[in-house]
Amino acid sequence: MRYLTDRKRAEGHGAAHSGTGHHWYMQVSAFGLALIVPTFIVIFGRALGSGYENVIETFSHPIPAIVTGLVLLVGMQHFRRGAQVMIEDYTRKSTRKVLIMCVIVLSYGLTATGLYALGKIALGH
Amino acid sequence: MVQLTLPKNSKIVTGKTWPKPEGGTNLRQFQIYRWNPDDGQNPRVDTYFVDLDDCGPMILDALLYIKNKIDPTLTFRRSCREGICGSCAMNIDGINTLACIYGIDEVRKDVVKIYPLPHMAVVKDLVPDLNHFYAQHASIMPWLETKTPAPQKEWRQSIEDRKKLDGLYECVMCASCSTSCPSYWWNSDRYLGPAALLHAYRWIIDSRDEATGERLDDLEDPFKLYRCHTIMNCAKTCPKGLNPAKAIAKIKHMMVERQL
Repeated sequence: MRYLTDRKRAEGHGAAHSGTGHHWYMQVSAFGLALIVPTFIVIFGRALGSGYENVIETFSHPIPAIVTGLVLLVGMQHFRRGAQVMIEDYTRKSTRKVLIMCVIVLSYGLTATGLYALGKIALGH
Repeated sequence: MVQLTLPKNSKIVTGKTWPKPEGGTNLRQFQIYRWNPDDGQNPRVDTYFVDLDDCGPMILDALLYIKNKIDPTLTFRRSCREGICGSCAMNIDGINTLACIYGIDEVRKDVVKIYPLPHMAVVKDLVPDLNHFYAQHASIMPWLETKTPAPQKEWRQSIEDRKKLDGLYECVMCASCSTSCPSYWWNSDRYLGPAALLHAYRWIIDSRDEATGERLDDLEDPFKLYRCHTIMNCAKTCPKGLNPAKAIAKIKHMMVERQL
């Protein structure tokens, strides 16, 4: 039990003076993903089931490789920030911090793994 | 973590069914949430029968009928009975609205179910604790802030600038919008909620106000402002037909505008 006034509770720690960058990034990346994800699905869909050599050849071309790289980079950053908001919505204190760290590690891990695989395909042949 | 189940002493139980009024032929069943902090009992839902031939057309009329003729212990706030004071906000048939301007015949189901505004601490029966809600409103400085010395007559405003306040100044602070917002349910300790943010925008957009920058500074926060996920429950439930989500979107737009 803490004897705080209602106004003190409402003010909390004051404004963090941040959040607009996050908001703007999510708007821009959502727009970008709306363009590149359908392109990626078409590229990936065509390559799917077409045999090893054909897949290697598809992703060795610059445009499919760049689009895939962008989907990985932008998509994972969008995921990271979106998941952070979700975690902030539903968790508190240490749980919140730990989960946000996990999401950061996961998103960068998936990005690095994906880019490594893509680089190996695109540049290794 | 989010609490998904209620504590044992908060679970709602079936309450008393009050006798039907004698001689009434046009009866409507009401189920109303009851909780008294003094009796140590769980919340309950009591059943009442209202004679519609002896009662006004609005939900508030029915509540007054119950209080005056059946159960004087039923507690609720009311004042103006015409949608101006915002006192009688409650959850009627699953919708947060004002009992005084919501018709009994608007409830399509046979039983009219009435609960207090959701996710707020209850003071008694249909009376929620709005202290934090009002403190959040006070925190956005709901008054004209000026630095220029006051003019001889009045602060002048063009017709076009005055029109920008339409759809904002009408808010009666009934809390229907904020208590319908899931973001406010989970994070009301830090998120200001639709009502306070609508009021914030009302003063930000006022051409006579000279504290626009300070007001935006005070709102720029991942929780105070950016917990709004455009769920739009606020706009759907507002008994005055206002659109707090649009006002919040405009604040976000102004935040971006001043950085780009």
